Amino acid sequence: MSLNNLLAQRKTAIIKNWFTLAVETYPPDTASFLKKQKDPFANPVGRTVSLGLEGLFNELLKEMDYEIITSFLDPIIRIRAIQNFSPAHAVSFIFLLKKVIRENIKKEALEEQLFNELLLFESKIDQLVMIAFNLYMQCKEKIYDLKANEMRNSTYKAFKRAGLVRDWPVDEPDIKPNINE
Amino acid sequence: MKELPNPDEFLSKIDHKPSPTGWMDTPVEIRRGIACHAAKPDRLEYVGFPNPRDWSCFDEDWQLPENWQEILHKGFKERLDRFRSVKIFMDICVRCGACADKCHFFIGSGDPKNMPVVRAELLRSVYRNDFTTAGKILGLFGKKAKKAYGARELTLDVLKEWWYYFFQCTECRRCSVFCPYGIDTAEITIFGRELLNLIGLNIDWVAAPVAFCYRTGNHLGIQPHAYKDMMDFFTDEIEEVCGIRVKPHFMKKKADILFITPSGDVFADPGTFTCMGYMMLFHFLQEKYGLEITWSTYASEGGNFGFFTSHEMMKRLNAKMYAEAKRLGVKWILGGECGHMWRVVHQYMDTMNGPADFLEEPVNPITGTKFENARSTKMVHICEFVADLIKHGKLDLDPSRNDHLKVTFHDSCNPARGMGLLEEPRYVIKNVCNHFYEMPANTIREQTFCCGSGAGLNAGENMELRMQGALPRLNAVKYVHEKHGVNMLSCVCAIDRAAFPTALEYWLPEVDNCGVHELVANALILPGEKKRTVDLRNEPLPGMEDEDDE
Repeated sequence: MSLNNLLAQRKTAIIKNWFTLAVETYPPDTASFLKKQKDPFANPVGRTVSLGLEGLFNELLKEMDYEIITSFLDPIIRIRAIQNFSPAHAVSFIFLLKKVIRENIKKEALEEQLFNELLLFESKIDQLVMIAFNLYMQCKEKIYDLKANEMRNSTYKAFKRAGLVRDWPVDEPDIKPNINE
Repeated sequence: MKELPNPDEFLSKIDHKPSPTGWMDTPVEIRRGIACHAAKPDRLEYVGFPNPRDWSCFDEDWQLPENWQEILHKGFKERLDRFRSVKIFMDICVRCGACADKCHFFIGSGDPKNMPVVRAELLRSVYRNDFTTAGKILGLFGKKAKKAYGARELTLDVLKEWWYYFFQCTECRRCSVFCPYGIDTAEITIFGRELLNLIGLNIDWVAAPVAFCYRTGNHLGIQPHAYKDMMDFFTDEIEEVCGIRVKPHFMKKKADILFITPSGDVFADPGTFTCMGYMMLFHFLQEKYGLEITWSTYASEGGNFGFFTSHEMMKRLNAKMYAEAKRLGVKWILGGECGHMWRVVHQYMDTMNGPADFLEEPVNPITGTKFENARSTKMVHICEFVADLIKHGKLDLDPSRNDHLKVTFHDSCNPARGMGLLEEPRYVIKNVCNHFYEMPANTIREQTFCCGSGAGLNAGENMELRMQGALPRLNAVKYVHEKHGVNMLSCVCAIDRAAFPTALEYWLPEVDNCGVHELVANALILPGEKKRTVDLRNEPLPGMEDEDDE
């Protein structure tokens, strides 16, 4: 059996374990809430992580379409980028999939010589991390952009519309200082 | 964000699971992006608050008065005697956890100390230690016994933890809806912040508006001529949109009604469009029914950041409302779209600065409706007023002028939970818009999620915190956006209108934000107006383009 088929077979268990490890990157009380609360509006973080990991795993089994990966990865990273994680911890949950897979298929990997395939698959996981890091930086840059421009976008723009602050007029007469006097 | 660890440190922390210590053993770590800038000394000096100085929460030394523990102990004791509610809230919590996962900051941050029960425990642990007999007796048996009882001494670390977490609560009261005992954690935060102010521990985004408001009448420190200039500009804009030149009244003596709204409506987008909406509505009512509503550049702020500071400061800032109503000799006060202003008005103003026996019990002179709910405060919410006008068929409306919008409504925390204003804004929106969609039931009305920036937390430096707080609300907006194509999030709060455009840009850039009276004015047909081809934002109305332009 190929690694892909084996992983597809064990998909439900793998995603469940991955989800458990991913939410355990939060403090214990929070992790237990993220696992238990199933209402998507009462627990948007748990819901987003759960949907996202499933979508990502499906894509890892397929062609690794960048658009599809981003559509599942961005919502998770967007959340973790503003939470109390260091940059490394914000993206670290992806590496945890390696741990889950190694533990889950250890026996078959040995028996059926799947290590080459496993290395290839793990490279795909590394690619995910790199995409995640790009997304993380985009989110952070957005936050810095919002910090810098919020006042400008609300108050300054309103003042400018009202003509209470003015730019340099374009048609200002060209007045040169007379340096001879 | 804290400093990155070096490789050795990092490797020692490579375990992905955080430490499993309980909240009392987890030391506070004040983070950039979450904490706000400290109050600058001149703000505190201006209103006579204690311990003005330059300091930062990232400094080791917060430059506290030497006897800070004594000051806080005394302040705590005084307030336990003064506020029966707080005394009860200290005693009756059984830590059932019903509130734990209801806070938008907990849901968004995942930080257990943002569970309302833990936020309250920050104070309660010191209460048990200092003010209960059990705490005092158990104290004799050492720290372990004390800890088992949930008591601890007020140390510098505990104080820093208070400061950090009481400025991570927007006093929205969602948690209190779920508490079987009705504990109002907003009051716990109000109480906590009041104590912190006794030793000069405020944030600048609260302290500056307070000082400005005390000096000039509004949070931004805008002086009367600038206020008037801005309104003049809106008059030009309105004329461009509908060909009618409105003539707002300023400080008009013996006008029928005094109108007070947050200054954010006058000075910050997109509240400015709501402000234009009020002006058009008042023009309509004057032209059609002869009703005179006056603005005031003195009572130029409905909001009250004193509420986020201390009861006394709230009272000082609120006083101008009744004072101006009395000076002008109006019959009653109409209030604009604001959040916390309505909690102050509805729950405090009458006993704080009343009785307003110089005003009449509010009656809508056009419909004859008595606003009995406002009998004591003499102040009516503009949504109640307009809903009443619509119900009696007194407004001429063309809701198709909002057909380019698919609208949902965010119940702002204070009007919804603080005064029960749930139906009126919806009634108004449904009469001025053809496409209205509700968000899921557990995210609206009494259970509404906060915008994440209320109670003075709408600063820039705590942007990560604000995005955490806005997550649950915008998650629900995202749902109606994906399901129904909703592209406009309406609300009745100026802080919302300051907070949402930024939060939407991060979480859901496809959706915009507006006040309800912007929608009203889009639909409102002014007597003698020209054909409208653009909305109040000067954006073309699809299907109503000017024939000459086609």
